[in-house]
Amino acid sequence: MSYSYYPGCSAHSTGLEYGLSTQATFQHLGLELEELANWNCCGASSAHALGHHILALALPARNLAIAQEAGRDLVTGCAACFSRLKSADHTLRNDPEARDEVESVVGFNYTGEVTVRPVLAVLYEDCGLEKITAHVRRPLTGLKVVTYYGCLLVRPPEITQFDDPDDPQVMADLLRAVGAEVKPWSYATDCCGAGLSLSRSDVVYSLVDRLTERAREAGAEAMATTCPLCHLNLEMRQSGKPKMPVFYFTELLGLAFGLPEVQNWWDKHLIDPRPLLRSVGLA
Amino acid sequence: MINNLASEANRLSGQIIELCYHCHKCTAGCPVVEAMEYGPDQLLRMVALDQHDAVLRSRDIWLCASCYTCSTRCPNDIDISAVMDALRKLAVAGGYPAGERDALLFHKLFLGVVQRLGRSHEAAMLGLFKILSRVPIYRDVGSGVGLILRGKVPILPKQSGAAPEVRQIFRRSK
Repeated sequence: MSYSYYPGCSAHSTGLEYGLSTQATFQHLGLELEELANWNCCGASSAHALGHHILALALPARNLAIAQEAGRDLVTGCAACFSRLKSADHTLRNDPEARDEVESVVGFNYTGEVTVRPVLAVLYEDCGLEKITAHVRRPLTGLKVVTYYGCLLVRPPEITQFDDPDDPQVMADLLRAVGAEVKPWSYATDCCGAGLSLSRSDVVYSLVDRLTERAREAGAEAMATTCPLCHLNLEMRQSGKPKMPVFYFTELLGLAFGLPEVQNWWDKHLIDPRPLLRSVGLA
Repeated sequence: MINNLASEANRLSGQIIELCYHCHKCTAGCPVVEAMEYGPDQLLRMVALDQHDAVLRSRDIWLCASCYTCSTRCPNDIDISAVMDALRKLAVAGGYPAGERDALLFHKLFLGVVQRLGRSHEAAMLGLFKILSRVPIYRDVGSGVGLILRGKVPILPKQSGAAPEVRQIFRRSK
């Protein structure tokens, strides 16, 4: 199967290992990702946060327009990009007045034929747990993790249309399918502080510390995430020691598949996960 | 000068804030309420009472992380995150000093970079933020160097073919 791929700005910068591990696991599973030609930034939270209503729709809509030409589902790994693309798609579908305006700003005709989907959904729905388990060469036995979704993949649910907004299960099922020990906890969709990281790092430190504390209480030794901004905050804003390693879930799939590239991904982390992986015989 | 804060906020956000019956679910679930002055439900009340100055000067509207917890939990389906977007817009348009100056700076720098390059560019944005914000310049230097050494913050931006069209979108969206 083949998909249009929207990497988002992070996959080429702070979330480099997320982009690399997404491409590698998809390729390994025989799923083709075709990067959108000349994609642009989705505007992230800043466009709508300043109340630029049309801009906040038009920036992601330009990417929808390119995906429409390509005629395939649009897949993205970044939770924030997913939120903006999906939200624009929702508005274009349901609000004719806004659609007219956005169509004229971007210069396209919205057809509604493209479905915006997160990487997690494609692996879970199109590939499936059975096939994923069949690819495991190195089960992640003994690796105790909690899954951390953050906000934008599941909220607001009428727009995201994905997983359970209070107690999501897709990532846990995928990681269990490759042998990881996924611990239940109640904080999978709590906020990490997102874009406040630079202006109010004190707030983000306290949110991240609470998350890692709760993860430890749940019996986890690492967190698995699917959002590059969450990942950056979780790695940068832990004040205590020892620091808890944070993986992208795609890296854990790649590790279980025995992909040789994993070493390159570990090199990109601010918190080196190798001591933990060695302790459970996975490095 | 804004005529009536509640009607302006409702118009811009497409919400009806008068539906709020103050169950406090939004405030109870808000991840950043500890740093706020009022909290979301009290802020909605102040909007309904047309308390321009207090609302538009408050740091609360800038502390909102747009996590959608309140919008998801509101029993009356008020998209409180959208109301916060509207309040920030009104605060900027009305010339109110931002209650969290550096939060506004961050959004402006981010959009400024996207407008010019078509995509985000961390090095440019972080550099400008360091110079222009009140955050101590030495903060995060260690992590910043760590990110650069790992090749995660390219110093020079990659040219994106999207830039001219994105500039046009910015112009037309005004």
